Amino acid sequence: MDDLATSNSVTAGDWPHDIYRTLKAAGVSQVCYVPDAGHSRLIQLAHADGALQTTVLTTEEEGIALSAGAWLGGDRAVLLMQSSGVGNCVNMLSLLASCRLPFLTLVTMRGEWAEFNPWQIPMGKATRQALEIMGVTVFRLEQPEDAEEVVSAASALAFESDQQIAVLISQRMLGRKKWTEEK
Amino acid sequence: MHGHPGTLDRREAVKTLLEDRGDLLVVSGLGSSSYDVFAAGEHPGNFYLWGAMGGAVMVGLGLALAQPKRPVVVITGDGEMLMGIGSLLTAAAKQPGNLSIVVLDNGHFGETGMQMSHCGLGARLDAIAAGAGFASATKISDLTGVADFRPQLQWLDGGPRLALIRIAAVDVPRALPPRDGVFLKNRFREHLGFAVT
Repeated sequence: MDDLATSNSVTAGDWPHDIYRTLKAAGVSQVCYVPDAGHSRLIQLAHADGALQTTVLTTEEEGIALSAGAWLGGDRAVLLMQSSGVGNCVNMLSLLASCRLPFLTLVTMRGEWAEFNPWQIPMGKATRQALEIMGVTVFRLEQPEDAEEVVSAASALAFESDQQIAVLISQRMLGRKKWTEEK
Repeated sequence: MHGHPGTLDRREAVKTLLEDRGDLLVVSGLGSSSYDVFAAGEHPGNFYLWGAMGGAVMVGLGLALAQPKRPVVVITGDGEMLMGIGSLLTAAAKQPGNLSIVVLDNGHFGETGMQMSHCGLGARLDAIAAGAGFASATKISDLTGVADFRPQLQWLDGGPRLALIRIAAVDVPRALPPRDGVFLKNRFREHLGFAVT
């Protein structure tokens, strides 16, 4: 089956699947991403869905321009990235503001909760501001059970009201990254 | 370094490229490329970028994936292409049959004072596109070559293809397309049959 949205084999508490199902319900047909561990399940679901165009990017701002082109052609797109990629997007976000283009990005956070790598902290701290200075509206997703409601509201604001929306998925919700093999 | 400077007039090259364009959808890169496409003939299927430097190929890719039954061409300059060089890898990875990239290469940043670009200093975008996995990469240096390449812009498979057109590094008078992004967006979507709401 191409469309995993109708699959019954999903366990409760599977928030990436909730997001996947919500994006499908919102009419999203293009998924582009710079990989992140926090997005890996959603990326897998996207690749497994033959009805989705899934595009791997070399850098995050490509996803801004791809989303713009998708909308021009009648498609709805979503960009998946990590917070460190938000800084790469700043100038390209002016394309969305200038053309009042719908835009939805789901950002997995680093550098904000039990972070092991100090190099992640500066961009993690600046993620919200980097989006807001360019006019992007920022939502937070803190609890897995809120995934559907938050992504659904974000999609509606983006695609029905021509807004640029980022959903920041909290590092606390994603869980600690394991840096050493457990014995 | 380039073996020889380009001699083609950019306006003539783009005009020749867009003759009998049929269903072709055009995305033009920031700067002189947008002026060239506008000067070749205003069309609702043109989307002129006035910013988003480095993003032209990606706008074209998103559009080509959304509209697989329409041919899409991105017309941009070597400077704009260089800023988004990774997008050649991204486009190649998707293999959109209906997407063509035309790079107008004068080896310089024409809009900002004619500083020499990486292409002028020896970079070969056709080789980079081939290395990225483009189905074809063609180098063109005269109008006959442009006219010979033109039919490929209508193809819906066999892409992505890249044509590197060597143009002269001379200033030409500006021809300014509309620059209101919301107008350009709505006009383009209306052309494709989407209601403006």
